[in-house]
Amino acid sequence: MTNWIQTLATDDVATEDVSRFDHAGRTFAIYRSPDDKFYATDGLCTHEKVHLADGLVMDNIIECPKHNGRFDYTNGKAMGAPVCINLKTYPVKIEGGKVFIDIG
Amino acid sequence: MTDVGYSQDYSLTGSGTKRALEIGLASAQWYQAPIPRQRMKQLMQRSDGPAIRDTITWLSAFIVLAGFAIHFYPSWWSLPFFMAYGVLWGSSSDSRWHECGHGTAFKTQWMNNLVYNIACFMILREPRIWRWSHTRHHTDTLIVGRDPEIAVMKPTLVLKVFSNYLGIPQVYYSFKAMLKHAGGTMSDDEMSFVPEPERPSIYRTARITLALHLLPFIAAWATGSWLPILLFGVVPSIYGAWFYVMTGYTQHAGLPENVLDHRLNCRTVYMNPVFRFLYWNMNYHVEHHMYPMVPYHRLKELHEELKPYCPPPYPSTFAAYAEIIPTILRQVREPTYTIRRPVPPGTEFQPRLDAAVAAE
Repeated sequence: MTNWIQTLATDDVATEDVSRFDHAGRTFAIYRSPDDKFYATDGLCTHEKVHLADGLVMDNIIECPKHNGRFDYTNGKAMGAPVCINLKTYPVKIEGGKVFIDIG
Repeated sequence: MTDVGYSQDYSLTGSGTKRALEIGLASAQWYQAPIPRQRMKQLMQRSDGPAIRDTITWLSAFIVLAGFAIHFYPSWWSLPFFMAYGVLWGSSSDSRWHECGHGTAFKTQWMNNLVYNIACFMILREPRIWRWSHTRHHTDTLIVGRDPEIAVMKPTLVLKVFSNYLGIPQVYYSFKAMLKHAGGTMSDDEMSFVPEPERPSIYRTARITLALHLLPFIAAWATGSWLPILLFGVVPSIYGAWFYVMTGYTQHAGLPENVLDHRLNCRTVYMNPVFRFLYWNMNYHVEHHMYPMVPYHRLKELHEELKPYCPPPYPSTFAAYAEIIPTILRQVREPTYTIRRPVPPGTEFQPRLDAAVAAE
């Protein structure tokens, strides 16, 4: 079952950066990669529930701002200690300059 | 905010832990100064250049100082070179361990990992244990029962605090832990912060590290010279430890436990360029704890950004110790006494602890 929700405007997310989006008590991280593609994941680090939107995007990696936990935000893969649990990712589409994510 | 309580149980599985979890001190929300996102992104940017430059300088200094020490050995003229070499081996390795453990010193991760593991050997720290330990230290800085890296516990054990300058307790506890790990087990405290899948690797590393520490002794026996023992392994870790203990105590000693504001439980101390090179700028400790992903070579800039939100920095190491020594001596008999750092008016932080929330 799909459940597409509108999140941010594409202009709200800088290239090679991440922005936070909150919806219905949940928090998401919306990424714009260096090659101008958009991705979405859960907004909190799986290690200590820190907001990833405060972290640093380097190529396809998001680094948690608290403990250096790194994920590949294109597929959610945890890249090593201290993060051991993958990040949930969400399908993304762009329509009318807005980023939509499918939260299922 | 005020210290929300006092517990003497510093173990990570005891009453202090239970209390920290119950009232919401564990994994809590900490104060952060409102630095604009764009500026933080600039400050968090990684580069290899500064750390490569500093590491080449660092390794060159090892070679030069060891060369002079060997040249003058066994005369007394070799002593100052051994002393300086010892500081490189037994103390500057602490800051290399620290920065590379955070993964911020270099942009390239294998460089961080390489220097991290070398530094761990020099400073007698098991690489995985200490990575997890330091992760917890950043989550729960000076939270009693949660932080495994509280250097000066209360009431102060004066002999223990000052004997650390001699490097002896560190060696004793490191080898005690290493032998335990080599035997395939670890302490309850370590189990509380090291995930199960990491443990077999820790046990293997302990066995390898113990074997490596035998090598200088074997080399000394084979060559009939004390030099391998004086220059490699545990001995320089002992005679060179004093500097990292001196700088390390300035970070938190005497400051309040169980507060959720790094401005109150960390010190920023101005230090000279030589100290800052050896210490890789960890004298900017409030800044480091508030934004741990800022590389050491950008901390001075972060310090400028945070100035309006922070207590005044200490003008020198001497000034910090002028506060630390009387405070920790007073804490021998009065363990609830702590230093209160003044935050700028209007920036006070009142965290919502679970106990407070429940009482509302």
